[in-house]
Amino acid sequence: MRILVPLKRVPDPYARIRLNADGSDIETTGLKFEINPFDEIAVEEAVRIKERATCEIVVVSIGKPVCEEQLRKALAIGADRALLVETDAAFDSLGIAKVLNGVMDREKPDMVIMGKQAIDDDNNQVGQMLAAIRGLPQATFASEVALSGNSVSVTRETDTGQETLEMPLPAIITTDLRLNEPRYIALPGIIKARNKPLDRISLADLGVDPECRVRVTELRQPPPRKAGRKVDSVDELIAALRDEARVIR
Amino acid sequence: MAILLLIALDASDAVPLAAFAKSYGKPFDILCFLGEGPAGLGAERVLAANLDAPPPADALANGLKGLCEGYAVVAGAASMFGKDYLPRLAAALDRPMVSDVTEVHDANTFTRPMYAGNFLARVQVDSERFVVSVRTTAFSEPDREGLSAVEAISLPFDGPTRRVSVSESGGGRPDLTQARVVVSGGRPIRDAETFEKLIGGLADLLGGAAGATRAVVDNGIAPNELQVGQTGKVVAPDLYIAAGISGSTQHVAGMKDSKVIVAINTDPAAPIFEFADYGLVQDLHTAIPEMMDKLRS
Repeated sequence: MRILVPLKRVPDPYARIRLNADGSDIETTGLKFEINPFDEIAVEEAVRIKERATCEIVVVSIGKPVCEEQLRKALAIGADRALLVETDAAFDSLGIAKVLNGVMDREKPDMVIMGKQAIDDDNNQVGQMLAAIRGLPQATFASEVALSGNSVSVTRETDTGQETLEMPLPAIITTDLRLNEPRYIALPGIIKARNKPLDRISLADLGVDPECRVRVTELRQPPPRKAGRKVDSVDELIAALRDEARVIR
Repeated sequence: MAILLLIALDASDAVPLAAFAKSYGKPFDILCFLGEGPAGLGAERVLAANLDAPPPADALANGLKGLCEGYAVVAGAASMFGKDYLPRLAAALDRPMVSDVTEVHDANTFTRPMYAGNFLARVQVDSERFVVSVRTTAFSEPDREGLSAVEAISLPFDGPTRRVSVSESGGGRPDLTQARVVVSGGRPIRDAETFEKLIGGLADLLGGAAGATRAVVDNGIAPNELQVGQTGKVVAPDLYIAAGISGSTQHVAGMKDSKVIVAINTDPAAPIFEFADYGLVQDLHTAIPEMMDKLRS
C-alpha cells in the first residue's frame, strides 16, 4: 500500500507576519517557514499507519527548491521518499489539485492524506478538488482514520458534532486538529532523512500546465479594533453591558 | 434567467446567502436541501430538494453538477458542511473557487480573509464561471421582498461513500454561528462539568451559545463543534464574552467581528484586553458565578 502526503511550505504559524512595502504580498525577509501544521498531522497519521501495516509513504510539495527543507522534515518524521514538483509559478487551488492529479497518475497511491487547509491562504479546497478530479471518495476534517482491508472508515468533524463515513480505497482524506499530535523529531530521524530519496520533477514531467484563475491583487490589514476600557467589578461590567452597550437586559 | 445559484442547507442558512446575492446585484435562485425552502427572500425560483439529511460530499457533488452547469456563479455558506462539498463541486465543474467571501467589489472581485484574518485579500477571479463560499457573518439581513414559488426538485445523488453514524451533542442552545450572544471559555477551565456550569450556564442566562478555544476542545473538555477560531467556527454576535481566553491569533480570527467583546482574564497583560470593549481582570471561576447571581436577581 502506498500513501501520498502532499505538503505545503508556509510561514511559521507563530511568527508575526508583516506586509511588504507595496502591500502586494507578505514580507518574507527573515521569516521562518514550516510544514503547514495540518499537513504535518497528515504525515504523522501516515507514519502511524505504517507502524501497523506495510506501506510506503511518499511526500510531495510543489514550489521552489527551498521546499526541500519541509520535505526533509517529513522524511525525518518517517516518510520514505519525497518528490518536489519544482516550479516558480503561482497556482490557485484548482491548479494545485491538477498538479497533484498528475502526481497521482505517476505514483498511483491507495490513499492521499493531506491538511484540510493551509494556514497562509486558509482556502480549504485542494483535497476536495483532487477527489473530484479523480472521481474518488473523500473524507475531510478527519479526527479518526481506521483502515480495514480495502476500505477506510473516517470519523470527521461537522458543524454539529461528528460523523463516521466508510468508503472504498483509494480515497482522499484531509486532517483536522484532533486527528493526532505530531511527534517530536529525534536526531536519528533527521540523520536518516538525509539519505532518503528526494526527486525533483517538473510540471512538464507530469504533463500538466494548469492556469491560475484566482489571483490575490492586494493584501491589507483589517481596520484595527480599538481597545475599550477595564472595569473594576462584575457590577460595573453588568451596568456597562446594560446601559452603555445595551446588549443585555 | 438567474445567473447565481445559492445553495442553502435550510431556510435559515439561505438568509445571509440572499444578503450576499443582494450585494452581488444579480438575480438569483435558491436550492434548499432541508425543509420547505425560503419563499420570501426575493429569489426567482426556490428549489426544495426535501432531503432528510444531505448525502456525503461525493454524492452531493455528483447530484448537483448538472443543475449548477446552468448557472455562472454558485454560492454556498462557508460552514463546515459547505467547506466539505463546495470545492468538490467546483472541481467537478472545472471552475475556480473563492473561499470565505466577506465583501463583494464587482462581479469577479471579492474580499476574503487570509493568514488567520490578519490580512484581508482582494481576490480577482479570471473566469465568468466560478464557485464561492460565503462567510455568512459578514452579510446581514437581506431585504425581504418578492415571494417566490417553491418547486420540488429531485437530484441524482449517488456516490461510493456511506455514512455509518452521526453523533451530535446538541444541548438545546442556539447555533453558535447564529446566536446573538456567545460565551466562550479558555484554558483555565479544567473539566467538562465546570465548562457546562459556568460557560453553558451563563450562555443560557443570556439566551446565547457556548463556545470554546482550541485548547479546551483538544483537552476533551468541550466538543469540537464549539471551537471558535481560524480552523473552527467564525462568529460575530452582538455580545461575545471571552472567559479565560488570552487572545491567540487563531482564536481571535473567529470572533473579532463581534459587536461588543468582553474579556474576563486574570492576566492584565493578555492580548485580548487590547481590543476588548470591556475588560475585567478577575478569575472566571469567581466572576462568572457572581455575574450569574446578579443577572438572575
